[in-house]
Amino acid sequence: MRGRWFLMNRKWLATPYAIWALGFIVLPLIMVIYYGVTNGAGEFTCSNVMAITDPIHYKAFGNSVLIALGSTLICLIIAYPLAYILSQSEKRGAGTVIMIFVLPMWINFLLRVLALQMILSNTGILNAILKFFGLPVQRIMYTKGAILIGMVYDYIPFMILPIYNVMSKIDKDVLEAAQDLGATAFTTFKRIIVPLSLPGVLSGIIMVFIPSLSEFVVADILGGSKILLFGNVIEQEFNVLNNWNLGSGLSIVLMIFIFISMAIMNRNEGEEGEAMLW
Amino acid sequence: MVNVKRFAGKIYVGLIAFLLYAPLLILIVCSFNNSKARTVWGGFTFRWYIELFRNQEVLMAVKTSLLLTTSAAMIAMVLGTLACIGMSVMGKRTKMIFQSVTNIPLLNADIVTGIAIMLLCVHFLTLGFGSVLIAHVTLGIPYVILNVMPKLQQVNKSIYEAALDLGASHVYAFIKVVLPEIVPGIISGFFFAFTVSMDDFVITYFTKGAGMNTISTMLYQQLRRGINPEMYALSTLLLLLILLLLGMINHLSASKKSREVDF
Repeated sequence: MRGRWFLMNRKWLATPYAIWALGFIVLPLIMVIYYGVTNGAGEFTCSNVMAITDPIHYKAFGNSVLIALGSTLICLIIAYPLAYILSQSEKRGAGTVIMIFVLPMWINFLLRVLALQMILSNTGILNAILKFFGLPVQRIMYTKGAILIGMVYDYIPFMILPIYNVMSKIDKDVLEAAQDLGATAFTTFKRIIVPLSLPGVLSGIIMVFIPSLSEFVVADILGGSKILLFGNVIEQEFNVLNNWNLGSGLSIVLMIFIFISMAIMNRNEGEEGEAMLW
Repeated sequence: MVNVKRFAGKIYVGLIAFLLYAPLLILIVCSFNNSKARTVWGGFTFRWYIELFRNQEVLMAVKTSLLLTTSAAMIAMVLGTLACIGMSVMGKRTKMIFQSVTNIPLLNADIVTGIAIMLLCVHFLTLGFGSVLIAHVTLGIPYVILNVMPKLQQVNKSIYEAALDLGASHVYAFIKVVLPEIVPGIISGFFFAFTVSMDDFVITYFTKGAGMNTISTMLYQQLRRGINPEMYALSTLLLLLILLLLGMINHLSASKKSREVDF
C-alpha cells in the first residue's frame, strides 16, 4: 500500500520546484509589472510604460532593434553556408568539427568581449597589423560597427548550432531522389534544403535576436557608452538614476516586444524548436 | 569542379574557425607576455599568473564564483530532477503550465530576469550571496529539466512494471530501474547549470548588491577601468576549466553510448 501511495503521489515531487517557480519566476515578474505601472508613491500610472515615446528612449530602442536585426542578419549570412558545408561533410569527425564552432558559447561572455577589445582598440592588434603593412589605422572602437562585430562574435554559435542540427537530420535519400528525378544542385538546395532547414533558422534567429536586443555590456565596453542601446537605458535607470519605476516600465515594453516577436516567429515555425536545448 | 567546391568550403570553414579563435589565442599569448603593452612581445613569463594568485580581490571573486556556481548547480539539479519525476505523471494541462513557466527564464531577456529577482530580493530578502544564488538556481533549473526529461521519457515502463511484478516496491524499483537510466541526464543537467551560472554576468550584476564580486562582475569592472594583464592569465585559466568541463561531458555521453551498444 505504501508503494501505491508513492505512485499516486509521485507528482508531489514537483512541489518544491512549483513553489520555487512561483516565488522566483512568477512573483518577480509581477513585481516588475507592479513597479512599471505605479509611481514612486505607489499610485497607478501609465507614464512609465508610455515613457517609450520620449525621444531618448525610442531612439535607444530603435538603435537596439536595428543593431539586433543587423547582427541577426550577419550571423545568418555567415552561419547558413557554414552549417550547410558542415552537414554535407562526412559523418566521421563531424561531431568534433561542430564542437569547434559551439565551444565559444561556453566561454565566459565577458572574456570574449575582452578578447575582442584587445583586437579592435585603437592601439590593439588589428591596428598594429595594419600599421605593419603601412595601411591607415582604423578607428573601430566606440562605433556602431564595433558593437555589431561584438554581437556577431558573441552570438554566432547560437545561429550555427540549430541550423546545423536540422540540416544534419535531412535524409540523404531525399536529396538523392531529387537528383535522380533530374533536379539541379540549385533546385535541390532551393526546394529541399532551404524549406527543411527553416525551423533551425527560426530558432537561430530567436536565439540571436532576443539576447542582442537587450544587450548592454557590448555597447558599454566596445561602444564606450557613446551609443545608447535600450539595455543601457534600462540599466542606467536602475543603477545610476535610481528610477526603478521608469526602468520597470521600459522593461515591460521590452518584454511585450519580445513576446510579440516570439509569437510571430512561433506562428511560422509550427513545431517546437528542439534545438532550444542549447 | 566538385573538388574546387569542396576546397572552397574547407577554406570557408577554416576562416570562420580562425576568426572565432584568433581573439582567444591572442588572449592566451598575452597572458605569457612579459610586457604590459599588447602589441610588444617582451619575452615569456609566468609573472601575471604569480601576481594573479597574490591578488586578494581576484582570489575572493574566484572563491565566490566557485562556491556560488557549485551550490547553484547542485540545488538546480535536485529541484529539477524531482520536478521531472513529478511532471512525468502529471495530467497534460498541469504539465503544460509547468513547461511554460520553465520556459520563461530561458526566453525572457536576461536583463529583465535580473531586474525582476532584484526587485523581489530588495523587498523580501537582502541583496548579496543569497539573492545571486536564488537567481542562478532559477536560471539553472530549466537546463536540468531539459536534460532529464527526455531521458525519463525513454525509460522502458515494462521493465519498471516487471520489477514491481517480481515484488519490488515502487521506491526500490525506481532506484534500481529508472534512476540508472536518467543519471546521465542528471549529470549533464548539472554541468549545463554549472556552465550557465559560470557564464552569467547580467543577472549576477543586478542581484549582487554592493561589496560582492564573481569572476564575471570583476572582469566587467576591470574592462571599464582598463584591463591589466592578470586578467589575461585569469582568462586563460578559465578557458582551461571550460575545456576540462566539456571534456568531462563528452566523456560521459560517449561512455553512455558505448553501453547502449553493448546492450
